[in-house]
Amino acid sequence: MTAPIYEVEGLVIDLYTPSVSVRAVDVAGFHVAPGETLAIVGESGSGKTVMTLGPLGLLPEGVAVDLRGTARADGKDILSMSPADLSRLRGGFFGVIFQDPMSALNPMLKIGPQLARQAQLYAGLSAEEARKEAVSLLARSGIPDPEDRYGRYPHELSGGMLQRAMIALALAARPRVLIADEPTTALDATVQAQILALIRQIQKEDGIAVILITHDIGAVSVLADRVAVLYAGQVAEEGSAVDVLTAPVHPYTRGLLASVPDFRSDHATGTREIPGIPPSQTQLEPGCRFADRCDLVQSSCRTHRPPLVRLGAGPVPHRVACPVVIAAEGIVTHD
Amino acid sequence: MTDAIVAPAIKATGLKVHFQTAAGLVRAVDGVDLTVAQGAFHGIVGESGCGKTTLARALIGLQPVTDGQVNILGRDRAEWARADRKGFARAVQFIFQDPLGSMSRRQTVGQTLEEPLMIHGTGDGKARRARVAELLDLVALPDTVLDRLPRSLSGGQRQRVSIARALALSPQVLICDEPLSALDVSVRAQIVNLFARLQAQLGLTIVIVAHDLAIVREVCSAVTVMYLGRVAEEGAARRFFADPAHPYSQALLSAVPSPDPRIEATRPRILLEGDPPSPRNPPPGCRFSTRCPVAEPRCREMEPALRAVPHGGAAACHLADASIHAMI
Repeated sequence: MTAPIYEVEGLVIDLYTPSVSVRAVDVAGFHVAPGETLAIVGESGSGKTVMTLGPLGLLPEGVAVDLRGTARADGKDILSMSPADLSRLRGGFFGVIFQDPMSALNPMLKIGPQLARQAQLYAGLSAEEARKEAVSLLARSGIPDPEDRYGRYPHELSGGMLQRAMIALALAARPRVLIADEPTTALDATVQAQILALIRQIQKEDGIAVILITHDIGAVSVLADRVAVLYAGQVAEEGSAVDVLTAPVHPYTRGLLASVPDFRSDHATGTREIPGIPPSQTQLEPGCRFADRCDLVQSSCRTHRPPLVRLGAGPVPHRVACPVVIAAEGIVTHD
Repeated sequence: MTDAIVAPAIKATGLKVHFQTAAGLVRAVDGVDLTVAQGAFHGIVGESGCGKTTLARALIGLQPVTDGQVNILGRDRAEWARADRKGFARAVQFIFQDPLGSMSRRQTVGQTLEEPLMIHGTGDGKARRARVAELLDLVALPDTVLDRLPRSLSGGQRQRVSIARALALSPQVLICDEPLSALDVSVRAQIVNLFARLQAQLGLTIVIVAHDLAIVREVCSAVTVMYLGRVAEEGAARRFFADPAHPYSQALLSAVPSPDPRIEATRPRILLEGDPPSPRNPPPGCRFSTRCPVAEPRCREMEPALRAVPHGGAAACHLADASIHAMI
């Protein structure tokens, strides 16, 4: 297996506002290798964005942050980097696609020059080369008439075209890790399909690592090689996309998938619901975070945090943080 | 009133809603005929800008209508609302996409639910409180929420409160504008199941504007697909999903990924070119012709009317009739 290019371990992130403190990430981690797509799946508040972008210093504004753990990019410890080095890494090594293109593009500048500047700064191109690169990135991102769009302002493009322009911007620095944070949530179904196909194509051609942060199981199913399911700041289950999406083990993953109907199946798949809502994460209870919503809950679930246990002997480790279901169903663990 | 019994819950004819904007005339809804049978769970789907929300708002009169007519439970909607505003409100209720924006931030849940009962002079204080308790029960909220403000509720709880408020006067018709889109996946399933249960329990007619097609297939009995202010296709939900006749419907369904990655790895996908055109400037002929992979010259000249298609519903496509339709 290829060595990971971005790797986070034992991460704890506490967020403080004057009135409340929240443990957004509670001892969690992930890794992604070149050529691989990792999906980090969770509902709002699960900590998926904070976990992925937090180590890069991209955190919500106006909150105090306490961050512990390790994070390495290409083998280098990024948590001990100087702000200047981290900034260079963010601009060049990582490319980020956000949910809202207007948060990444400067509305006052024409689109092309924004891309060209990025290519000049981080890919080391001359002004003339950078201009050509910007046009070819626009073309590659599926924007028709890229020469014309080069000179347009963001507000002159439709939602789908803006999303493409932002993807072009994220690629301009020739990143080795592309992080897509809910890249399709704001888009219509037919445009979503286009954008997912585009990300998949870029990943195949460039062999870069992709991290998809999403709550959309469909997008995961289209793009991901591996999946990590996050619940209340902790990893509940991780493994290959096929294992996690078609043979989920953790009660939360099972509940989440059962609540997503599949209209291609012949019978009603049903929208099974998970009762209750996720915990607030302001009071740190010991034990499993899902305990209050879980059918299988036992008294030990409330006192001991379940460890991630590797199952079976598949080539891609499938890990689940639920000893109860493993014992109840006699699931073979990997020693 | 035997007429009212057989009359559809909603019948819109030639409905148009145009907006004058600085950039020109927006034809948000541009000639829609819609029939919703009593007791139906009717889904209206389509992409942003297709006019689905404007249509829902126009049906209940939240949106001034440029042209056309809406009958609700056999009565002319405009005339009914003018002659008997309260009676109309008792019969038809609306649920908004953003529950927080549609509630007073300073009213507790209890006050929010009691208000319609007070306005309509329903019972004394004791009877109203009993009805509020009944409503909470109906939407599965604990009575501990009564004294809370909307801000302090979760998204799912807020949507339950807005559903309970809409049900306070025992309406026959409920029109809901994207009531699920602000909710997380696991909570969305709770609200979908709540709608399905309420519909069965109370015999409601529900119209739901949605963009999640899988959920529409799951709960709706009938579906209308809109594209650029017009109806592209309509029919019984199950049969529509099994055999969509309009090329746009086929592309729309194809765009929805399967949650099973093994299916996704091999499934042929239809990828449309470009974005939907602007409703300010709809293309001539069939409005989908600019993106349709199977469009013929006549599609760009002549606008197709809705006609019967194999699944028993109707589609606005020159290449579809009762025995055959285009496949893309």
